[in-house]
Amino acid sequence: MQQFGDAFAAALGLIVSADSGLGEIVALSLRVSASAVVLALLLGLPLGALLALYRFPGRGVAIVGVNALMGLPPVVVGLVVYLMFSRSGPLGVFGLLYSPSAMIIAQLALVLPIIAALSRQHIEDLWGEYGDQLRSFGSSRWRAVPTLLWEGRISLLTVVLAGFGRAIAEVGAVMIVGGNIDHYTRVMTTAISLETSKGDLPLALGLGVVLLLLSLAVNTGLTLARATTVRQAG
Amino acid sequence: MRCSGRGSGILPLSIDGVSVSLAGRRVLDNISLTIPQGERTVVLGPNGAGKTTLLRLCHGLLPPDSGELDWQGPEAIHRRQRQAMVFQRPVMLRRSVRANIAHGLKVRRVARRERRARVDEVLEATGLEDFATRPARRLSIGEQQRVAIARAWALAPEVLFLDEPTASLDPGATRAVEILVGLISRAGTTVVLTTQDLAQARRLADRVVFFHGGRALEMAAAESFFARPRSPEARAFIAGDLFWSGAPVSGGREAWVVHER
Repeated sequence: MQQFGDAFAAALGLIVSADSGLGEIVALSLRVSASAVVLALLLGLPLGALLALYRFPGRGVAIVGVNALMGLPPVVVGLVVYLMFSRSGPLGVFGLLYSPSAMIIAQLALVLPIIAALSRQHIEDLWGEYGDQLRSFGSSRWRAVPTLLWEGRISLLTVVLAGFGRAIAEVGAVMIVGGNIDHYTRVMTTAISLETSKGDLPLALGLGVVLLLLSLAVNTGLTLARATTVRQAG
Repeated sequence: MRCSGRGSGILPLSIDGVSVSLAGRRVLDNISLTIPQGERTVVLGPNGAGKTTLLRLCHGLLPPDSGELDWQGPEAIHRRQRQAMVFQRPVMLRRSVRANIAHGLKVRRVARRERRARVDEVLEATGLEDFATRPARRLSIGEQQRVAIARAWALAPEVLFLDEPTASLDPGATRAVEILVGLISRAGTTVVLTTQDLAQARRLADRVVFFHGGRALEMAAAESFFARPRSPEARAFIAGDLFWSGAPVSGGREAWVVHER
């Protein structure tokens, strides 16, 4: 317990003194996870809309598949991306392994199913509520997608949160494809893992506290945004 | 507000032998009727008679299983663009009243300047100016329905379908909606309205189509319908008798029966 207290004090010290090593790691974590979430939104929202609004053979299977992929184990994603981008792999020519780009791709694979599956559900429900009215205006299903996304913006914020939470917290995938290289691919989760095994508990715990605070800050921000939207748009 | 192109319009609509089944139940059974231009047609009947399905069919939200809908004019694609519909429960978008009214025009690719002019015009004509910047979802249900009607009217439809627009409104809000409907009708839009409210039908109808059990039992000018209903079902309905399983029950208000689809 004594040790825990000491470590915690040291951790706060690191944060308060704005340790540059810590700052670097936090910044890379944010950059990688935010990029993954933005890319996942760009791909996942249209995919969710497609699954929600269009009837095609195999749609049911596709929906079950996407839903199941929400539970992908990060290490498995890491392994697959590793195999793809390793020197002898099909995408090896890009030389992306052990780079932040590979980490973004791995996290994208983790977040995309979450965004697609949850937005599919929201958009389908919204279409049930608005469909007749929008068709009456003359909207095609395609034209309705931006309208529905905007109408569902409040619940879609929660979807974004779920995706970001998944990305920022996972360690398995970024560890495998990033390699936890100091000053280059080290992010909070991989650093915590390393420092713990080295026995440098203050740094590990400091990073843990930062991770929690970050999560809290992002959630608070989005909750405020949500409240503002509700107040303005009813 | 004007309605587009009297004379070369899409009306009259003739419906010829149309049947629709939903979930294995025949909701419209061999309907033939005409919706003439310029009149207020009230589709009257109890719950589950098929009134909503008729409007959805006319508005193109639902295809007929058999039979034909015959609009005038050659422009099949643009027909929906010359109609508008107001639903029983208003569907407000999560944005201001003004943005709600503008949205339908946006979907129909009305240029920004004209859009703004038309929204202003409708807000003024419907007396909704004070609500313009309010979030539509925060309005009372009666106010929302007025916005929904204004939003439909902004599209300058030749024909406006209203599906029981006052079914969940109090008398004051009902009155406001009826005033709007009168305004729109006088401005030249053909109005087709469904209701189960006999008094409302008397107030609004030029023509009555009486629906019962998925069939159009009577089509007549309002006065002659109310004075001399021909079918026993219509006579019972006007007399205030309730319906049991689609059949009229005599005994008036003592008969505690509820008609459900």
